[in-house]
Amino acid sequence: MSGRTPKEIREQRRAERERMVAHRGMATWGERLVPLGEFRRVAESAGRALSEKERAAAVATFLERPADGVPVEGPYRRIAVFGGVYNNHRALEALLDDAERRGAEALYCLGDLGGFGPNPEKVRPLLEQGAVATIQGNYEESLASGREDCNCGYTDPRDNHFARLSYGYTERNCSEAFKGWMGGLPTRRRVAVGQRELLLVHGSPRRINEFLFESATPVPFLETLLDQERCDAILCTHTGLQWHRRLPSGRDAVNVGVLGRPANDGRTNVWYALLEERELPSGKSDLDVELVPLAYDHQGLAEEMRREELPEEFVETILTGWWTTCLEILPSRERAESHY
Amino acid sequence: MTDVIPIGNPARAREGATPKVDLRSLETLWFQVGGTVCNLACSHCFVSSSPTNRTHDFVTLERVRETLEEAAGLGVKEYYFTGGEPFLNPEMEAILAATLEVGPATVLTNGLLLSPERCRRLASLAAGSHHSLDFRVSMDGWDAESNDPIRGEGTFEKIVQGISNLHDAGLNPVITVTEVHGESASAAGKERFFELLRRLGIEKPRLKVLPLFRIGAEAERAGAYESWQRLRAGDTPEEGWDHLQCSSCRMVTDQGVWVCPILVNEPSGKMGERLADTLDPFELDHPACWTCHVYGVSCKT
Repeated sequence: MSGRTPKEIREQRRAERERMVAHRGMATWGERLVPLGEFRRVAESAGRALSEKERAAAVATFLERPADGVPVEGPYRRIAVFGGVYNNHRALEALLDDAERRGAEALYCLGDLGGFGPNPEKVRPLLEQGAVATIQGNYEESLASGREDCNCGYTDPRDNHFARLSYGYTERNCSEAFKGWMGGLPTRRRVAVGQRELLLVHGSPRRINEFLFESATPVPFLETLLDQERCDAILCTHTGLQWHRRLPSGRDAVNVGVLGRPANDGRTNVWYALLEERELPSGKSDLDVELVPLAYDHQGLAEEMRREELPEEFVETILTGWWTTCLEILPSRERAESHY
Repeated sequence: MTDVIPIGNPARAREGATPKVDLRSLETLWFQVGGTVCNLACSHCFVSSSPTNRTHDFVTLERVRETLEEAAGLGVKEYYFTGGEPFLNPEMEAILAATLEVGPATVLTNGLLLSPERCRRLASLAAGSHHSLDFRVSMDGWDAESNDPIRGEGTFEKIVQGISNLHDAGLNPVITVTEVHGESASAAGKERFFELLRRLGIEKPRLKVLPLFRIGAEAERAGAYESWQRLRAGDTPEEGWDHLQCSSCRMVTDQGVWVCPILVNEPSGKMGERLADTLDPFELDHPACWTCHVYGVSCKT
């Protein structure tokens, strides 16, 4: 250490040793040192200790949610569900063709129409053409309410920097009429596929911008949500990464991924989901969930993004399939699998 | 060591009722798994952890298992482990194995007990689970000169070695830095940490900066809260208190369940014996609550 005499270093070590043993036999109570026994005595009688019966009642009350009263659409045999268009009208065009070819009877969009890509106004005519039933994502909520940011839920300054750029671009290039339409979208829908009732949300049933990543969304958590929402499956988007989990109860949780940009796997295609009820040999049925890779004119999109002077970092993602932004939100497993 | 550190000027205390925060869902469950026992005695530690501080002791594997079972019924989404130093707990690796069976886990560590062998074992735990296993390693400066006065002589080298060992085993920790040097929160300050990590060969550097809580050792180092630094009913934002982590977390120690990771050295922060005892609203009656509100703090990654 530069600038310190041996005597000063000895002094510091002595002070450190003193600090490290100062708590011997004592407890820290806020800013005081008290005898350990005193802290433990007070702590022991602090808080509540309910009976087992009271605990069961407290948990039941805590978990209880009122029915949302959302009418159930359908029933359909087969539906296509997608999210996160991010202005990628070329992928949306490809989706309309692909879903029709695969026999989807109804199309659903889970929100986040804007951001990232070029020319927001090209999205709405396509949604109308496909008679897409859409719910609000955080993007629509923000644009319609005049928020200054997309409320994506990022915590990292670099992520927020790029989020501001793409939100600003979408905000400037989006008509008031489109924004007004976004404001009128519902935040959830219920759809019957066969006998099954699916709940469609943007982030999660409880928060529009909650991230449900595969490695950070455990089974007991999902079972609890499905109980609270009284449905057979939850469909969401918002993270940009698709996954499907069949729960021990036989119900399903699906993140349908996004159309707007590739899934950070080095491939340029994007993803959506096809769902139908499937009869099993046992006479029972389950939900057949197919996560569908969708190729589209990504070169054309990249050229369009450059013409619109969108960040080259975004263009790189479209052309390589690797994310260059929004990386800080990834849990450790998803981050380990990413290139940057 | 003084016994009581006076708090601010009482004349500036604010009038009004204390606001309450609802637990909207139990999303994040913390374990004070290392108690307040630590092989360091950092000068800014808000729980005053040290080798001899047994205010809270280790949480046992058995207690963790019971709690995980209760937590599953409440729909907990993620688990965090802190201390003290978690790896002083002799059952820590078994605790992580049990946790990863039911959900994602994050460990907050000082990095000193991360030998190459342990890191390899942790990496195989991570690889064997569907859930993410994440690590946060604390440091308070980008070199020994800026770090060691806070965390202790010679600690910088050891922390860097621990980070390297994690990296060599294929684990990429989040480096957690407090604002003990004001500069750390700035873009330039962060870049110094990123540079350090890149020099260690870490291509995807991850960093989290946290403000300081003026309690515990930090109250001695930098002074305690002023009496006006309290939340009052009038401070309640229009959208409520959902930005506070106590609206979605609880903390389990060897002595029961506390409201959050910050207030474990306040008996009044204890809410009950089991999770089911702690689902009621909590009164934001501590100056540290003011820090969480004003700085938008979350102890989560």
